[in-house]
Amino acid sequence: MNRSFIARNPSVLVFLSLLALFTIMVTVLSEGFGIGIVSTSFVKTLGKTLCLCLIAVAMDLIWGYTGILSLGHFAFFGLGGYMIGIWLMYERTRQIVATSLSEGILPPTPEETEAAIANQIFGVVGSSEFPIVWAFSNSLVVQLILVVLVPGVFALIFGWLAFRSRVTGVYLSILTQAMTLGLSLYLFQNANGFRGNNGLSGLQNLPGVTAPQSVVSLWFFWASAVALGLGYLLTAWVVSGKFGSVIRGIRDNETRVRFLGYSVESYKLAVFTLTACISGIAGALYYPQAGIINPAELAPIASIYLAVWVAIGGRGRLYGAVIGTAFVSLVSSWSTGGQAPDISLGFYTIRWVDWWLVLLGLSFVLVTLFAPGGIGAIFDHLSRQSNGRGTS
Amino acid sequence: MSTLLEVSGVSVSFDGFRAINNLTFQIGTAELRAVIGPNGAGKTTFMDIVTGKTKPDEGNIIWGEKSISLVGMSEARIAQAGIGRKFQKPTVFESQTVQENLLMALRKDRGPLAVLFYRPSPADLERVAELADDMGLSEALLRIAGELSHGQKQWLEIGMLLAQEPQLLLVDEPAAGMTPAEREKTTSILVEAARTRAVVVVEHDMDFVRRLECKVTVLHEGSVLAEGSLDHVTKNQAVVDVYLGR
Repeated sequence: MNRSFIARNPSVLVFLSLLALFTIMVTVLSEGFGIGIVSTSFVKTLGKTLCLCLIAVAMDLIWGYTGILSLGHFAFFGLGGYMIGIWLMYERTRQIVATSLSEGILPPTPEETEAAIANQIFGVVGSSEFPIVWAFSNSLVVQLILVVLVPGVFALIFGWLAFRSRVTGVYLSILTQAMTLGLSLYLFQNANGFRGNNGLSGLQNLPGVTAPQSVVSLWFFWASAVALGLGYLLTAWVVSGKFGSVIRGIRDNETRVRFLGYSVESYKLAVFTLTACISGIAGALYYPQAGIINPAELAPIASIYLAVWVAIGGRGRLYGAVIGTAFVSLVSSWSTGGQAPDISLGFYTIRWVDWWLVLLGLSFVLVTLFAPGGIGAIFDHLSRQSNGRGTS
Repeated sequence: MSTLLEVSGVSVSFDGFRAINNLTFQIGTAELRAVIGPNGAGKTTFMDIVTGKTKPDEGNIIWGEKSISLVGMSEARIAQAGIGRKFQKPTVFESQTVQENLLMALRKDRGPLAVLFYRPSPADLERVAELADDMGLSEALLRIAGELSHGQKQWLEIGMLLAQEPQLLLVDEPAAGMTPAEREKTTSILVEAARTRAVVVVEHDMDFVRRLECKVTVLHEGSVLAEGSLDHVTKNQAVVDVYLGR
């Protein structure tokens, strides 16, 4: 990543500057460090939106650039969330248990402490022992590594099987969707050690941190902004050179790329795995801001939403994915959160909560049919116009 | 002249239909060869088999000085071994520039990691410019390939093939849909290419084949019907019956 890369891709610099400006603005307006116009819960919403933008960038790389419509990237997002959630929940419970046990006459043995923690966490699913998947729950470092490693290895194995068999197009989409559903159902099982449909909760409380949520929310907001910035930079760099040429070639004519001597399967696998890792990181930042993760988060519909965001924003343009996601997810939480005013027509009242999904579906169809470039195409058009003026 | 590619006793069936039937074919290291035959003679299937797209049911394909077998190798490995293929319809990457198309084809390490860190050196860019010049595309170097004319796309694809530096070029109907002037240019490009490597041209158009002035192989029902100069095969009664007589 050298200076000439930024020079050749001015849009990256523009994006990073806008992101930095946005981050500073929100900080200044926040309750934690600023004048308190932006509420803590809205800071969390914005932070979560940044995480969604990050997974959208990954989705754009796999779908917009490589042409693989994955309906499974929210599974990787969820896995990242579960991996960090395991540590957050363990460590916080350990501290609570340690405090309450220390009030006894005799100091507790390590075994007693462990049993009490396990009982606290898994009592809800009728167990009092740590399952094997919680083996490293006491180590933040290991769980942080797992945030990247688990989605990465999962994607590597799944992708290797799928791409090696040359499953493409809609069949691959169905396969990824099946994978997501399977994983979601697996996590729903009480016996599998992920607390079933209760999921992991209380993730907004950082163990050992006494700072109020108004401050913690900003930490996560900053971390999300940095992650999005780095993810965007990495992705832009990946697609800028010959690698970008090859994956766009795979999208447009896979057979031709193969006859040029490129192992198409290796490229697909590399992109699939890389984007899964990015999704895992995005999820690990998202769920501590959401406070709770449960298997319903991984339902196939989430991954479909992701595809809709990227399509509306404009496939094959990284900023398009970000714009689409930020726009649609914010409007979505506004219109389904009850804040949006109903429109009364006298004989019928349009309630946003009911009509939002219809509008979203309709706009997806319209964008796909009539504006395949999405919202991002408007910016393409504007920059082409200004370039044209500059040279003439 | 040593043998570069030796196809012996190859057969392949699709749902009981024998597309290629005990086909035997040889080509030397610097040779131009035209393959002709009526529709369904197995010309394209022959190319599919050599390039690894279709696996033969039986038979052997021996390649190069080291006499390696191409049967069972992936398309990418065969391409890396030195066989380039041009499709009937011009297939270039339409959303990318001529330069990007040629850079992708340039003979370099094809591994994902090497490609990720690859940045074109001045020598690479020079080579690309040279190729574009040979194909008459130097003005179009930074244009999007999708904007090119039909003939220009065909030349770009041939240019991409040459950029791969293959030892064998398989070219499927290069003159289809070209104007007479464009055909002439295509002829000279192919004849020039065949000075340093083997070139196999599959073609329907007899005038075009005549201009190539090379040995001709006639395919019929999946096997070789006749082989020799164009004059020689056109006098062959069997060839006249199945193909030229119509």
